[in-house]
Amino acid sequence: MKFHHEDTKNTKEPRRKAFLSFAFLRVLVSWWWNSPFLNRFRAIARKEFIHVLRDPRALGVSIALPLVLLLIFGYALTLDVDRVPLVVWDQSVTPQSRELEARFQHSRYFSLVRQARGYGEVEEALDRREAMLALVIPQDFGRRVGADRNTQVQVLADGSDANSATLAMGYAEAIVRTYSQEILVARVRRQTGREPVPALELRPRAWFNTEMESKRYIVPGLIAVIMMLITALLTSLTVAREWETGTMEQLISTPIRGPELILGKLVPYFVVGMVDMLLSVLAGRFLFDVPLIGSLWLLFGVSAIYLVGALALGVLISSLAKSQLLASQLAFTMTFLPAFLLSGFMFEISNMPRALQLVTYLVPARYFVAFLRGLYLKGAGLAIFWPECLLLTLFAMAMLALAVLTFKKRLA
Amino acid sequence: MNVVTLKDLERRFGDFVAVKGVSLEVAKGEIFGFLGPNGAGKSTTIRMLCGLLEPSGGSGTVAGFDIRTQREAIKQNIGYMSQKFSLYEDLTVEENIDFYSGIYRIPGAKKAERKAWVLEMAHLQAQRRTRTGQLPGGWKQRLSLGCALLHEPPVLFLDEPTSGVDPMSRRDFWDLIHQLAGGGVTVFVTTHYMEEAEYCDRLGLIYRGELVALGTPTEMKEHRMTEQVLSLSCDRAHDALTVVAALPGVRDAVLFGRDIHLMTADAERIVPILRDAMEQAGFEVRALERITPSLEDVFVSLIEGKDREEGAQREFKG
Repeated sequence: MKFHHEDTKNTKEPRRKAFLSFAFLRVLVSWWWNSPFLNRFRAIARKEFIHVLRDPRALGVSIALPLVLLLIFGYALTLDVDRVPLVVWDQSVTPQSRELEARFQHSRYFSLVRQARGYGEVEEALDRREAMLALVIPQDFGRRVGADRNTQVQVLADGSDANSATLAMGYAEAIVRTYSQEILVARVRRQTGREPVPALELRPRAWFNTEMESKRYIVPGLIAVIMMLITALLTSLTVAREWETGTMEQLISTPIRGPELILGKLVPYFVVGMVDMLLSVLAGRFLFDVPLIGSLWLLFGVSAIYLVGALALGVLISSLAKSQLLASQLAFTMTFLPAFLLSGFMFEISNMPRALQLVTYLVPARYFVAFLRGLYLKGAGLAIFWPECLLLTLFAMAMLALAVLTFKKRLA
Repeated sequence: MNVVTLKDLERRFGDFVAVKGVSLEVAKGEIFGFLGPNGAGKSTTIRMLCGLLEPSGGSGTVAGFDIRTQREAIKQNIGYMSQKFSLYEDLTVEENIDFYSGIYRIPGAKKAERKAWVLEMAHLQAQRRTRTGQLPGGWKQRLSLGCALLHEPPVLFLDEPTSGVDPMSRRDFWDLIHQLAGGGVTVFVTTHYMEEAEYCDRLGLIYRGELVALGTPTEMKEHRMTEQVLSLSCDRAHDALTVVAALPGVRDAVLFGRDIHLMTADAERIVPILRDAMEQAGFEVRALERITPSLEDVFVSLIEGKDREEGAQREFKG
């Protein structure tokens, strides 16, 4: 009897404790849920959702625009130099010159657009940009090669696009060198009867992007640039619109506080931004065939932080500008241009002048471009890119703080 | 107990002085009408009282809170309706009410009750799911008022609440205002409709940023008028007007229906002169009597007095 009594007491005690802590948690949650902040934050967020959903045209644009930009830039912006248009003037017309020509034609880097007869035609083809490179084979080419003598071929390039011209000349040089080596090997074999051994042999292999396709490098960076632009544009109108229509005057006559208003306004646009991000990632995977090597969770986690920063920047611009037109123009120039030019997306940061390099540290897209490229191509995660992620977090927090602090509940 | 007190309130925008030395008091449950032509400084004053604009000078309190330092406390205690319709047009009637219920943190149990009250007060039960942008002007105004009253504020600020509203709705509107005041709500309302001024307990007339007169409508009519008003009834009143206006001693003459109202400093003296002049010009005088001025007469005379005073000052300075 005595034992039994003690037994019930012992089982009741933890149950009571569990109940108490559960009740305490409930009180805590309900206190939090009914706090002034959350009450008004919810009201704002709900109203903003209605605004977004009631304007199907704007919603359509904000969903479609990133995809359109991704398609335009993704297909237009290729840094690969292949199928370089080539014009050939073969003065030799011998098996040897035909062989050299064939090597150019069969390489994936060149495509023969014209056979020229004379310098005039070569010049014309280059002038008209029909061809980027011209191969001029001298009359005595076949004879000299056959006679084991040093032979020269001329390659002319249209240098106006210096980058591509340099690359194309590199390809041409490689083809000529290979051919020359084979002639040499054949010659040695003929003379000595033995297989010559090359002194040095380069075995190149590119890591991470083994096929060296530039789209794998471009698409992740492009996503970063586009998301910056879209998200800042999304929110750039939201505060300015309320000032323009006069609804803000009513709103600031209530007890609403800055953080409730600003954070509440961000919520629906955050959802739209994440949908945009998801669509961009899907487009990258299935339209551009760019595989993601790193973690999908990390991709969306860091994207969320980046989006918050960009959205808050949009709100900041909006509450400073107080006019929709000015706000959207400001948002465009303040996000797109730096993200496009100074993030390392278009131009390598290490090639920029020192002063400009310092400026790039202020461009948040720089960190996101680096992070996305690392994640997509190398699967590199936080272990390597923690400084970038930390800076993005700081950027988001700074933008939120600025957006909240610059919002004034006052006219004029 | 005074719910609103203002002392030498001033607001400048650059060089322009929009409100200059305004001092007044409004008691609890009073309907205070703030009158004046457009651009006189009515909205600027009301915005300073609501904590939307910072005063450049002077001081004031609303519901016991300082308009400079306790703006957020004021916002807990007031309802404000701005001149321009400022609810969300893409939200339905109900959604606008729900939104402001959330902003004012009306507790769950009370929410439905207040919403029903607003819908009934504004006669919008049938339109609860209509987008606000599709409602006619007067209906929008009623919804605005409803949203400003959701949290049952002790003080209500209305900036030209009836502009663009048809006369019938305007009557309803004022009935409601009286009902609220009867319940102890203090109402501070701006208007430029003279007949609405008559519905107020007390009036303040503001002109070019300065408070020109302050008092009940009756006080205004009886004591604030420096001139006397005569009503003249005659044939061909329109033609007679030029004759009357040209007489020495007549400050101003206007057509008032089929009669002529004329202002003069001394009615006793002008009556015989007027009768003679009319007879000579061949008009038949049917009636000529001194009348109590309308509020409009009083305000016109006060404003013109103010203009003359300033004109004289300008000449003196020049």
